[in-house]
Amino acid sequence: MPDTSAQLSVSLWRGAREGRYQTYMVPRRESQTVLDVVTFVQRNIDPTLSYRFACRVGVCGSCAMTVNGKPRWTCRTHVAKVATRGRLQIAPLQNLPVIKDLTTDMAPFFAKWQQARGVFAPSQTRHDAMARIRPDSPARSAVDAAIECINCGVCYAGCDTVRWNSDYLGPAALTRAWTLVNDERDGANVARLQAVAASGGCHACHSHQSCQELCPQALNPTAAIAGLKRRATAAYLKGEIKT
Amino acid sequence: MNVQLYIWQRATAVVMVPLVLGHIVVIFYATRAGMSAADILSRTRGSIVWAAFYGIFVAAVAIHAAIGIRNVLHEWLPLGERRAGRFALVFGLLLAALGARAVAAVVLP
Repeated sequence: MPDTSAQLSVSLWRGAREGRYQTYMVPRRESQTVLDVVTFVQRNIDPTLSYRFACRVGVCGSCAMTVNGKPRWTCRTHVAKVATRGRLQIAPLQNLPVIKDLTTDMAPFFAKWQQARGVFAPSQTRHDAMARIRPDSPARSAVDAAIECINCGVCYAGCDTVRWNSDYLGPAALTRAWTLVNDERDGANVARLQAVAASGGCHACHSHQSCQELCPQALNPTAAIAGLKRRATAAYLKGEIKT
Repeated sequence: MNVQLYIWQRATAVVMVPLVLGHIVVIFYATRAGMSAADILSRTRGSIVWAAFYGIFVAAVAIHAAIGIRNVLHEWLPLGERRAGRFALVFGLLLAALGARAVAAVVLP
């Protein structure tokens, strides 16, 4: 149990692209999360602090920030886990434009979901019979392993390839594409494989596996991207897609 | 990197694996057998097998390295993909020319 009379030294990024860290002293609480700390500052010390959150329970994916150098979902990150020597440094997510303080513009992140054709394209209508998908089929198992993404952007912020190559679609968008490639009901897989096989697509991944290490949902985007590489390569060799 | 470059880079890597091992074996054999340059050249000159072995090796290296350099230039320098591709093409052609010159020196009679 932490000493509740103790204070945390919290440095928060203030500004936009240009800015500086400002340090606040925040009371230490039992079972305190990083989001609790940011909220305390905004409600008790500086109401001009901007940050984003919604559900507070690890479902919505809104509250990701860079905490002591690593991207994390702040609502489920306990201070006790990350505040070495009673200090926290909190910044906006990397690899995304900063709007203000701890808030990033997620538009490029979601634009890449569209670019990777991360939208289900039905192959049947409501008048057709319900598709029967065996839960233990290999394709459905691959979907199950990758489907729980909450769009928090942690993998995107922690990806070296995104940092080096602004065209790279990123782990989240490619993982979403992988779930659809394995969806037997989807009718747009040729176009999807074409999209992810282009420059900046799955073959740009260096397999550093930061996404796998950082994903708060314990997903493995690197494995999903490897699957896409295999499928797109096979499609190219069969002449189904072009560069 | 798109799927086409990916396939070329992986395919040339597959080609290079046995060739690298063969090249290392040749180095060990030549040095441990105490062969002179004249001994080596007497075996390689006019040999279609050695010309093919090192000719394919040079071609695979030139393609493989050029694609890798293209990626490095694109990701680490503020070059667009097209400019990085042009630099890499020049680099690959240079490697191919130097390698072909070296192969010619040991296999042409």
